[in-house]
Amino acid sequence: MNAPNGTDTTVWCDRCGEPLTGAAPSGTAPHEACAAARELEPPRFCPRCRRRMKVQVLPKGWSATCVEHGTTGPA
Amino acid sequence: MLAAAKAVIDTGVGLDLDGVLAVLRCSDEELPEYLAIAHEVRMTWCGPEVEVEGIVSLKTGGCPEDCHFCSQSGLFTSPVRAVWLDIPSLVEAAKQTAATGATEFCIVAAVRGPDERLMSQLADGVAAIREAVDINIAASLGMLTQDQVDRLSALDIHRYNHNLETARSHFPQVVTTHTWEERWDTLRMVRDAGMEVCCGGILGLGETVEQRAEFAIQLQELDPHEVPLNFLNPRPGTPLSDQPVLDPKDALRAVAAFRLALPRTLLRYAGGREITLGDLGTRDGLLGGVNAVIVGNYLTTLGRSPDQDLALLDELRMPVKALSATL
Ligand code: SF4
Ligand SMILES: [Zn+2]
Ligand SMILES: [Zn+2]
Repeated sequence: MNAPNGTDTTVWCDRCGEPLTGAAPSGTAPHEACAAARELEPPRFCPRCRRRMKVQVLPKGWSATCVEHGTTGPA
Repeated sequence: MLAAAKAVIDTGVGLDLDGVLAVLRCSDEELPEYLAIAHEVRMTWCGPEVEVEGIVSLKTGGCPEDCHFCSQSGLFTSPVRAVWLDIPSLVEAAKQTAATGATEFCIVAAVRGPDERLMSQLADGVAAIREAVDINIAASLGMLTQDQVDRLSALDIHRYNHNLETARSHFPQVVTTHTWEERWDTLRMVRDAGMEVCCGGILGLGETVEQRAEFAIQLQELDPHEVPLNFLNPRPGTPLSDQPVLDPKDALRAVAAFRLALPRTLLRYAGGREITLGDLGTRDGLLGGVNAVIVGNYLTTLGRSPDQDLALLDELRMPVKALSATL
């Protein structure tokens, strides 16, 4: 894997897949809209490596799997 | 025009095109009155019960069709990846749904129409659910052949969902890979096979108010058992990603108008109600003609907690429809 995949920290927005530190696509506060939208949607990108995750939504809950970093679910 | 709406309470006959259009165009001041009439129509012709349903995606993403609102089309750069649900998870989803008191569990697949793999996965899933949970099973698998209709009927699929999505005149602006008429053909076959027909659509796809009324009348002609009303939740990567969310008052106008067009149909609040109407919208809709809800999460997005909806029904003294009452 190439950098930055090797990091253990959250560096990518799990909704839009853009860097968390850079400017947001809309030019608003960084990823504020993404965070708000995430209240009603599961994550789509792995926050550690930016891969698109396999996401399954069940009536109660969801799971999101990155091939490299495993499966996460609702907090 | 209020008189025409009030007449529906007595006659049980839905409004015509002009009547529906008048509701969709009503002023902010008139809206509460139309919602109250729509509520009375629902109470008179459907009763106080609310049908509760859960849905789950058996096959997500990678669809070859190009419905411009859909994050599951494989033709757009949507972040939704293709994935299949395994049978144990499907059974778990049915259990979660039944635990809310829901009587309907709808299994959905993002496909143009089912292939052999999907038909056999569905048959296995239905058998496994029936061993574990007592619930009506509905399906939504796209366009069907007559043979597939017969096989779903033999599986005792209680209801089949296939949305016309929008007015016939607007459909080509929203979908180019198949036609409104092809969808209509599937609905006819489903009806003729004796399955309940569930057919609705999404409001806020860029249709005009006139086209919204046209759609209500086209549904009236189809006369489905259930009409799910979705409101566009613009999805990243889709052609409609920048489409504004429907104005909440227009969404409520549509709720009243569709109820007044379809006095005896199950009118279900489906996707997008949270983002379009907020928490209060569920209450307004249930007091404005809606008599069915999808509880819990949707196919690729999340809903509010089933407990919130169930508490609201309790508060409104609207009993959840029991399983026996649906048989
Ligand atoms: S057919 Fe269904 S899953 Fe496929 S793009 Fe259209 S709405 Fe989405
Ligand atoms: Zn973001
Ligand atoms: Zn990862």
